[in-house]
Amino acid sequence: MRIGVVTFPGSLDDVDAARAVRLAGGEAVALWHGDADLHGVDAVVLPGGFSYGDYLRCGAISRFAPVMTEVVAWAGRGMPVLGICNGFQILCESHLLPGALIRNDHRKFACRDQRLRIENNRTPWTWSYAENAEVTIVLKNGEGGFVADEPTLERLEGEGRVVARYLGDNPNGSLHDIAGIANEQGNVVGLMPHPEHAVEGLTGAGTDGLGFFAGLATLAAR
Amino acid sequence: MARYVVDVMPKREILDPQGKAVLGALPRLGFDGVVDVRQGKRFEVEVEGDVDDDRLAEVRRMAETLLANPVIEDFVVTVDAVTDEATPPPAVGEEPSA
Repeated sequence: MRIGVVTFPGSLDDVDAARAVRLAGGEAVALWHGDADLHGVDAVVLPGGFSYGDYLRCGAISRFAPVMTEVVAWAGRGMPVLGICNGFQILCESHLLPGALIRNDHRKFACRDQRLRIENNRTPWTWSYAENAEVTIVLKNGEGGFVADEPTLERLEGEGRVVARYLGDNPNGSLHDIAGIANEQGNVVGLMPHPEHAVEGLTGAGTDGLGFFAGLATLAAR
Repeated sequence: MARYVVDVMPKREILDPQGKAVLGALPRLGFDGVVDVRQGKRFEVEVEGDVDDDRLAEVRRMAETLLANPVIEDFVVTVDAVTDEATPPPAVGEEPSA
């Protein structure tokens, strides 16, 4: 399984995401924002960070990077795409996912080990988790509050497209405690917490995040 | 040359933490009676040629595509100034986008 990890100017977690892919048994392929070519990868990760300095709105400029034209086209054909944190913001700005992410309601940067419930394990990214598995994954964001209008929220809930939900205190004001969502087909997932920082016992909050990357590798091997 | 102004504001129903921060600061500075503050963005876009409906429509498309995120923001496009000679600015103030 060749998983592309896109580097935008200002990406922060691309190296960690590539490392997580390798630890999970996949092959990480570096993709460049200015390159309108996915180099034949089987899936794409849009990593966290502050692409284009978060100018205008988080993800608003990245959405128009040449590589995103390809990501949008291939996502439409069912390619698995995972956007983490800034990647989630880019997916919303690209309209691959509904809603938007706004500044945390408490106005402070949140950085903590976050309990989550994986409510949808039918996506290629969450396949290796038990349904409603409770995991701990690093969370770090300043603009992580998920918002959408009421009909959109109802649709997300009704169609089981809330992939992950915060447990305990809501860290950023996200509506319905939403930590991650999927598109209708389930191949595109946006997640505010960082599974790529929870893949090794030595650092971070344990290894609960590895499943996001391992599931895809296992799926490919079947 | 014509200058168009795009004013972007968070939708009323969307929480505006930046506005809330300013609202919190004003009483501390002795400004009493402030009931609400909302913070938006103002873009001044200078475009070649005279003001006309096509250009105005194009600036609206700029706003929809990039300058504003219609999921969480409303915008208004107005003509700010015509730096060319005679053409008076048409009456524009538009309704906020849906």
